[in-house]
Amino acid sequence: MTILAKKPQSLTDIPMHYCPGCGHGIVHRLMAEAFDELKIADRVIGVAPVGCAVFADDYFACDMVQGAHGRGPAIATGIKRSKPQAVVFSYQGDGDLASIGMAEIVHAAVRSENITVIFINNAIYGMTGGQMAPTTLVGQVATTAPKGRDPKLQGWPINMCEMLSQITGAKYLERVAVDTPQHVMAAKKAIKKAFENQVKGVGFSMVEVLSQCPTNWHASVDQALEFVRTQMMPQYPLGVFKNEEAK
Amino acid sequence: MPRIEVDVNRCKACYLCVNACPKKCLGKSATISKKGYFPAEMQRPQDCIGCTMCYMMCPDVAITVIKE
Repeated sequence: MTILAKKPQSLTDIPMHYCPGCGHGIVHRLMAEAFDELKIADRVIGVAPVGCAVFADDYFACDMVQGAHGRGPAIATGIKRSKPQAVVFSYQGDGDLASIGMAEIVHAAVRSENITVIFINNAIYGMTGGQMAPTTLVGQVATTAPKGRDPKLQGWPINMCEMLSQITGAKYLERVAVDTPQHVMAAKKAIKKAFENQVKGVGFSMVEVLSQCPTNWHASVDQALEFVRTQMMPQYPLGVFKNEEAK
Repeated sequence: MPRIEVDVNRCKACYLCVNACPKKCLGKSATISKKGYFPAEMQRPQDCIGCTMCYMMCPDVAITVIKE
């Protein structure tokens, strides 16, 4: 009897609290698989965000800190500088990273801190009940944009990978999605590379994951996946935006 | 022959696995779980090829794929 695939060791047995069909669970699993495969599980320290993943410390079998809203990269900087042998990641959503945490993420990239950031982009504030996020698409309905996002009133969505790719200190930036098994495999490769980079000391690495939020998009799981493919991907194209090996 | 096990205490019945299965082996269980969901289950085990796509899409890591 061979086990072809099972829950990675770096995840605990606690069932996740995320809504049915949410992409967070898939990303948690991909990260845990990367820890197991790179054999770094015993020295990983994570920073959980404010947002849906606030209880991520229950699910990862590694040391975790829960930070103030948007301050993940700043906390991760402190941990990494005081414990250089640790592998430090900050796990953040779009409301956390692209809104209140904009200064922290930009300056962590400017300083090229040797940390890994996993950025979940679902174009909405999930935990607080579907308010407009900086990444909300034009025309997308949110509780604070009931007629859909209007660029004249609320501006345009922000593309974090494209923006950070202008910064010299950012060494690895990739945008992936988790809507099909093919994309999940590509996402796994990207997440693993982001952690490998940190082990090699390359510098700031970030993976942006387009994730579905069926609950706050008021969609079925199938419709949510369709939304990712037809609405989000044209605005947020998948691909590698920067890939610089250590010099 | 490959087979899968679904942890009914973790499954939240999103059926991402049902849609991901290239052989359409999976379906909706008729029994309600303790959590109040109708979990996914293997309905045509003879067609399973052990591709692990159901495992890959499962957001609750409820699926184990085993090859006998």
